Amino acid sequence: MNPVNYLYLSALLFTIGASGVLIRRNAIVLFMCVELMLNAANLALVTFSRLHGNLDGQIIAFFTMVVAAAEVVVGLAIIVSIFRTRHSASVDDTNLMKL
Amino acid sequence: MNALIPVLVAAPLAGAALLLLGGRRLDAFGHWLGVVASTASFVAGAVLFFDMLGRSTADRPVHQHLFSWVPVGGFRADVGFQLDQLSITFVLLITGVGSLIHLYSVGYMAHDERRRRFFGYLNLFLAAMLLLVLADNYLLLYVGWEGVGLASYLLIGFWQHKPSAATAAKKAFLVNRVGDVGLSIAIMLMFTQFGSFAFGPVFGTAHTASEGKLTAIGLMLLLAACGKSAQVPLQSWLGDAMEGPTPVSALIHAATMVTAGVYLITRSAAIFNLAPDAQLVVVCVGAVTLMFGAIVGCAKDDIKKALAGSTMSQIGYMVLAAGLGPIGYAFAIMHLVTHGFFKAGLFLGAGSVMHGMDDEVNMRHYGGLRKYMPVTFVTFGLGYLAIIGFPGLSGFWSKDRIIEAAFAKGGTEGWILGGVALLGAAITAFYMTRVMIMTFFGEKRWQPNAEGHEPHPHESPSVMTLPMVVLAIGSVFAGGLFALNNAFLHWLEPITGHSEGNAPLGSLTISGLTLLCVAVGVAWSWAVYGRQPVPAVAPVGSALTRAARRDLLQDDFNHAVLVRPGEYLTRGLVYGDTKGLDGFVNGLAATIGGLSSRMRRMQNGFVRSYALSMFGGAAVLVATTLLMRSV
Amino acid sequence: MSPVQLAAAAATGTTSTGEAVQFWVLAVIAVGGALGTVLMRKAVHSALCLAGTMLALAICYMAQGAVFLGVVQIVVYTGAIMMLFLFVVMLVGVTSADSLKETLKGQRWAAALCGLGFGVLLIAGIANAHLHTFSGLGEANSGGNVQGLARLIFTRYVWAFEVTGALLITAAIGAMVLTHHERTEQRASQRELAERRVREGVQVTPLPAPGVYARHNAVDIPGLLPDGTTAEVTVNPTLRARGQIRDVSHDMLRRMEQLESTTADYLGRTLPPRRTVKSPRAPITAGAADEAAEAARTEEEAEQQ
Repeated sequence: MNPVNYLYLSALLFTIGASGVLIRRNAIVLFMCVELMLNAANLALVTFSRLHGNLDGQIIAFFTMVVAAAEVVVGLAIIVSIFRTRHSASVDDTNLMKL
Repeated sequence: MNALIPVLVAAPLAGAALLLLGGRRLDAFGHWLGVVASTASFVAGAVLFFDMLGRSTADRPVHQHLFSWVPVGGFRADVGFQLDQLSITFVLLITGVGSLIHLYSVGYMAHDERRRRFFGYLNLFLAAMLLLVLADNYLLLYVGWEGVGLASYLLIGFWQHKPSAATAAKKAFLVNRVGDVGLSIAIMLMFTQFGSFAFGPVFGTAHTASEGKLTAIGLMLLLAACGKSAQVPLQSWLGDAMEGPTPVSALIHAATMVTAGVYLITRSAAIFNLAPDAQLVVVCVGAVTLMFGAIVGCAKDDIKKALAGSTMSQIGYMVLAAGLGPIGYAFAIMHLVTHGFFKAGLFLGAGSVMHGMDDEVNMRHYGGLRKYMPVTFVTFGLGYLAIIGFPGLSGFWSKDRIIEAAFAKGGTEGWILGGVALLGAAITAFYMTRVMIMTFFGEKRWQPNAEGHEPHPHESPSVMTLPMVVLAIGSVFAGGLFALNNAFLHWLEPITGHSEGNAPLGSLTISGLTLLCVAVGVAWSWAVYGRQPVPAVAPVGSALTRAARRDLLQDDFNHAVLVRPGEYLTRGLVYGDTKGLDGFVNGLAATIGGLSSRMRRMQNGFVRSYALSMFGGAAVLVATTLLMRSV
Repeated sequence: MSPVQLAAAAATGTTSTGEAVQFWVLAVIAVGGALGTVLMRKAVHSALCLAGTMLALAICYMAQGAVFLGVVQIVVYTGAIMMLFLFVVMLVGVTSADSLKETLKGQRWAAALCGLGFGVLLIAGIANAHLHTFSGLGEANSGGNVQGLARLIFTRYVWAFEVTGALLITAAIGAMVLTHHERTEQRASQRELAERRVREGVQVTPLPAPGVYARHNAVDIPGLLPDGTTAEVTVNPTLRARGQIRDVSHDMLRRMEQLESTTADYLGRTLPPRRTVKSPRAPITAGAADEAAEAARTEEEAEQQ
C-alpha cells in the first residue's frame, strides 16, 4: 500500500468537514466540523512527515493541535455567551451585529 | 510740469477713495470735498493746457511713463500718460464740465441722504474718464473704459430703491459689456499683430498689417464705441439710463462718457485710415444712429428721454464725422466739445425744471414755465439755439462743418451722407423746438399730484443756476472761438491730420441749405405745438410715432433677436444638462447603486454564506494552482 | 499487530500488508464518523461520531510513526477537547435536535457543488504529485519519536512554541472574559424577593411543581390545570427556554373523555361539548378565566336540570 492513501483519506475528511460547516446551523456542530477539517489537515501533515523522513510535519501538526485547543476554548466561550443572550445556538440567528 | 499729469487722475481718485471709504463723518462737507477734487483736477488741466500752448507744435505732445504694470518676460504693460492736443481737449472738457456739474449737484442733491456717496461716484467717474483719455496704451485705456462703465452703472442705479433704476443700471452695464468685449478683442488682435498695444508702436507699424486685419481691429473698436456711445445696434441702454439723477445724465450720458467712443475712433485714426471698409461701417452706424436718435427724440414726452434721443443723434453726427477720416476727425471733436457745453447745459436746465416741478418729467405737464424760472429759461434757450445751429452759436459752427465734411466725402456716398445730415439738422430743430415750446411756452398744464400737492414752479438756487449760466456762455461762444481762423482745426491737426476732401457744393451753399432745413424744422414744430394748445395726454399718433415712443422698437428687437434665442439656448442647455449630462451621471450612480444593492444582498450576515464564499474561493485557488502547475 | 509494531514498520520506508488492512478498516471508520458528524441531527451524536473519527485518526498517526501525536490526539483531543464540546452541548441543550431543513436559498446545492469540486481538485492534485517512493521515518525516529520531536520543538521551533504558550494564555483569559459576569448589585434577599412577588401580584405563591401526579413526575412534564390544559410555569425556565417541554395533556384529556363516556350511562348524564382551550401563559388571569367558565358551566347545568 502506498501512504498516499492517507492523503486521499485526508482530502476526503477535509471535504466532508468543509461541507458540514456549510450545511449545519448548530454552532457547536459547526465547530466540530472545523475540528474535523483540522484533523484532516493533521493527518496530511503526519503523512508528509513520513514521506519526507523528517519530523517537521509532526511538529506542525502538534502546533495545529495547540492552536485548535485555544480556538475551541474561545469559540465555545463565544457560543455560550451568545446562547445566553439569544437562547439559541444557531448561527443563522446571529446574522445581525446587534441583539 | 509733467509731474502735474498724474495729478489730473489722482485728485478725483483720491476724492473718490476718501468719500467712499471715509464714512459718515464726511457727510457734512463731503460734497464740497468732491467739488474741490474735481476743481483741482480742472486747475491742473488748465495749467497744463497753457503750458502746452506756450510750446511749439512739435513739442506739444508729452509722454510720461509712470511704472511698469505687468512686466512678464518679453511682455510689458506700462502705466503711462500721453498728453497731447487731443487729450488736453478732453481733459478740459471733462474737468471743466465735470466741475460745473459737481457744483450743480451740491444744490440738486441737497436733500439726498446719500449725497456723499454720489459725489464719491462722480469723482470715481472723473478719475476713470481722465485715465481713459490720458492713457498711452490700449490696456490702460481699457482700465479707464471699464472704470467709466462701473461709475455709469453705479450712478444710473444710484436710486437703487426704484426697481426701474436698478434695471436700467443693469441694462446699461450688460449692453456696455458687449462693447467691452469688442474692445478687449481689438486689444488682443493688436497684440498678436503688433506685439504691443501702446499707441506709439501700434500706430507706427499699422501700415505693416494686412487690410483685413486692420478692418477686423477697426470693427471691434467700432463695436466698443457703439457700446459706450450708444450707437446702433447697442443704443438701447441710453434712454433707460435717464433713470439716474439728472446731473449724471448731464455729465456722463450727455457730455463726457458717451463721447468716449468718438475719442476711441479718433485716437485710433491711424488704424481706421488704413481700413476703408471699417470706416464705411463707422459712417453708416453714425448716419443710422443720427436718424434713429432724432426720430426717437421727436416722440418722447419725458424731457430727459427726449434729450437722450437728441444726445444719441448728436453723437451719431460725431461718429459720422469720425468715420469720414481726416476730413472729419477734427470736426467730430469740435462738435463733441460744443455738444458737451450745450447738451450739459440743456440737461442741467431740464434738471432745474424738474427741481422746480417736484421731479415731474412729462413735458405735457409743463408749459409756460418761462415766467417762473427765467434764468433756466434763458440758459436753456441759449442751449436750444446752440443745438439747432442758430447762426453764430456753437452748434452752428460745429454741425455745419460736419455736414460740409459729409458732402466732402464725395460721390454718391457724399450726397447720401450729406442729405442724411441735413435731414437730421431739420429733425433736430423740430424736436428741440418741441421741447422748448412744451416746456416754456403755452399755458400751464401742471396738475396736483396723487397727494393733491400742486407743484409750485420756482427758480433753482444760485449754486445750480451758476453752472447753467457758465455752460450757456460756453454754448454761445465756444463754437465761434473754435471756428475763428480754424483755430480748433489747427490745434488738432498734428494729431488727427486733416484733408479738405472735395465738396460738390460750396461752403456757403451748404450753410444756407442747413439754415433752410433748420428753419423748416422750427416752423413745422411751431405749427404743430406752438399754434395750438398741447394736449395734456398724448394723442395716439401715427404708427411711426407709436414706434418712436417705444424707442423704435429697439427693446422688442433685442428681445426677439437676442433675448428669446438666448432663452431658448439656455433652456436647451439646461435640458441637455438635466437630461443628458445629469441623466448620464445619475444613471451611472443609479446603476452603481442598483448593483451595490444587489451586491449588498450577498452581505446577508449569515456566517455560512460567508463560509461558502471562502470555500468557493479556496476551490478556485486550488484549481488555479493546479492549472498553473500543469501548464 | 499492535500500533507500536506498525510504527516500527513505518520506519522502514515500506508498508506492510497489515498496515494496509488497518488503513482500510480505519478509513471506513473515520469516513463514517465524519459523515455522522455532519449528518446527525443531535449535537451529542455528532460529538460522539467525531470522537470516533479522532480515535481512528490517532491510530493512523501511530501507524505512521507519529506515536507521540497519536497519544496526544487521544489524550488532548478526544479526551479534553471533545469533553469540552460535550460539556457545552449539555449546557446548551442536549436533546435539542438541529433541524436539517435548509433555510438559506441554494446553500445546500452550492455547498455540495463546492465540496465536490474541492474534493475532486484535491484528490486530482494528490494524484498528480507522483509520490511513489518515500523515505520513512527510520532515521528521524532513531533516537525515539518523543526525543526527536522534543529536540525540534526546543531548538528550531522554540520561538513558535513560546508564542503558542502566549496564545493559550490569551485564549484562557479570553474565555474567562467572555463567560464571566460581574455582579454589580446586591443579590436580592429572600425577603425582597417575597415582597416583589406580592407587589407584582403575578405569582405570589411558590411556583407549582411539574409532573402529573400518579402518572408522570419528570421535570420536563408540565402540570395540568383543572380544565386539562398544561401549566408551563411548572417547568424549569431553562427547559422552557430550550423548548424541551413534554406535553401529555392531550393524552390525559383523551383518557378523561374516555372515562366520562364510559360512565355517562351509569351516571345518567349527557356528555359536555368538546372544548379546545389554548394553553394559558399567565397562570392567575388564566385561572380567573377558567373560574368564570366553570361558573357559567355550572349555571348551564343547573338550568338543564
